[in-house]
Amino acid sequence: MKKLWDKYRFLFLRRTVQISLMVLYFGANAWGWTFLTGNLSSSSILGLIPMSDPYAALQMFAAGALITTNLAIGVLIVIILYGLLGRVFCSWVCPVNLITDLSSYLRRTLGFNEIQKRQPATRNIRYWVIVISLVISIFMGVTAFEFISPISMVHRGIIFGLGFGWAAILIIFLFDLLVLKNGWCGHICPLGGFYSILGKYSIVRVDHDAESCTACMKCKEVCPEVQVLGMISKESKQVSNSECTNCGRCIEVCDDGSLEFSIIDRLKQK
Amino acid sequence: MTDRRKFILNMARGVGLAGLAGLTWSAYVDEVTSKKIILRPPGALPEKDFLATCIKCGMCVEACPYDTLALAKPGDNMPIGTPHFIPREIPCYMCPDIPCVPVCPTGALDQKSVETEGKLDIDKSEMGVAVIDDKSCIAFWGIQCDACYRACPLLGEAITIEYEKNERTGKHAFMKPVIEPDICTGCGLCEKACVTDKAAVFVLPREVALGKAGSYYIKGWDKEDEKRLEDATAIKTKTEISKRSAIDSLNDMGDLY
Repeated sequence: MKKLWDKYRFLFLRRTVQISLMVLYFGANAWGWTFLTGNLSSSSILGLIPMSDPYAALQMFAAGALITTNLAIGVLIVIILYGLLGRVFCSWVCPVNLITDLSSYLRRTLGFNEIQKRQPATRNIRYWVIVISLVISIFMGVTAFEFISPISMVHRGIIFGLGFGWAAILIIFLFDLLVLKNGWCGHICPLGGFYSILGKYSIVRVDHDAESCTACMKCKEVCPEVQVLGMISKESKQVSNSECTNCGRCIEVCDDGSLEFSIIDRLKQK
Repeated sequence: MTDRRKFILNMARGVGLAGLAGLTWSAYVDEVTSKKIILRPPGALPEKDFLATCIKCGMCVEACPYDTLALAKPGDNMPIGTPHFIPREIPCYMCPDIPCVPVCPTGALDQKSVETEGKLDIDKSEMGVAVIDDKSCIAFWGIQCDACYRACPLLGEAITIEYEKNERTGKHAFMKPVIEPDICTGCGLCEKACVTDKAAVFVLPREVALGKAGSYYIKGWDKEDEKRLEDATAIKTKTEISKRSAIDSLNDMGDLY
């Protein structure tokens, strides 16, 4: 049991956080709970603390909307939160992560990774998508990504009813399973890209100890953003690339205890 | 291949792909925003601003005690995630405290537009306007029905009953419902109450249902409207056609006959 906890503790915690948030949002709509209302685009804790998606607000700004104080405060809170914690939205909050993690798990266990080793796309697509979304927002006067965002479709679907949103879920699932490994979250999703930029100076980082590392590469096998683990078995240092989602899977799968979350080291470096 | 050439090719490829994605994306956005017949919650900004401002959080939907409001789902063929209502299913019951508006975090539902002297006033909302199809409205046939009139929260103001002699029978009266668009809020209680198979009175967005006379026409018998003349300026129309060629064009019928 202890071993099971050790090997899956972050996974368990992440799923708990992801699912609890959705339950709270769902309860707000279905049963009038007031703890957490709205959805991941914009929400309110106890009707007091606003939280808003900064990327959506940026598109609103580009589209020419007036930004209210309430929205600005909500955005600021989220920016500070993820600015400190890094890109944790993707692995600890976003419900799409459940879908893409399933794809990624099936890819590994069914052996799709074996038959398709080449990854034909760059992980920088997401930054291009951010740029395109802002250009469309400016020229068409709408929040461009919010019109097609499968993330919103999924969390809105969970809270307010899915409609044809199941198709969005299926598309992402199949795309990640059959077309591109970590395709959505690791290549295309502009929200993930946005939080990568936002988490540039985050203080929570995964730390690697190359001395104890046996180079088994289990961490690289599970990592959804494998480019961040370039230093494994070579150099003792922290993950510096903010595309790391701080999901903690690498820490759990490591049998040598060579990976650990760290905060203080980061502060020392400065 | 030289590095320089590779770099240029890669850049060109990136720009091309971005253009491709951007155009496809814009086409989709243009398509979903083309639907005009969507009824928004009270206080909603004009549709164009609304689409730029609504963050699609659904707090108005959660605040609505009658489950009137819903967020557009994929497959509804509306801008996804935006709040709307369908009066024939659930109309807006015009709560005096308008719970859906103050919760809006972005101001897409503008509280100022539904206030009178700093107090919330749902009667000021302009969600749409009711329209009557007098061909299918049985009151226009001479059958007595005032379901919409009775259902109207602004009874006697937004809908009035017009009496008219029924020449067919010679002894009955038509009691025809008439909408007053300046007062009607578009709540849709009339549409919900309408007894015909498909509602003979229904709410449409104001931009869709209402015309616009423009500034050329003035109600000369209306003192207020007449004032518009005071600031009026004349526009002299100039055309390129000379007097002579105008006459020629009248005389020359060409191949017309």
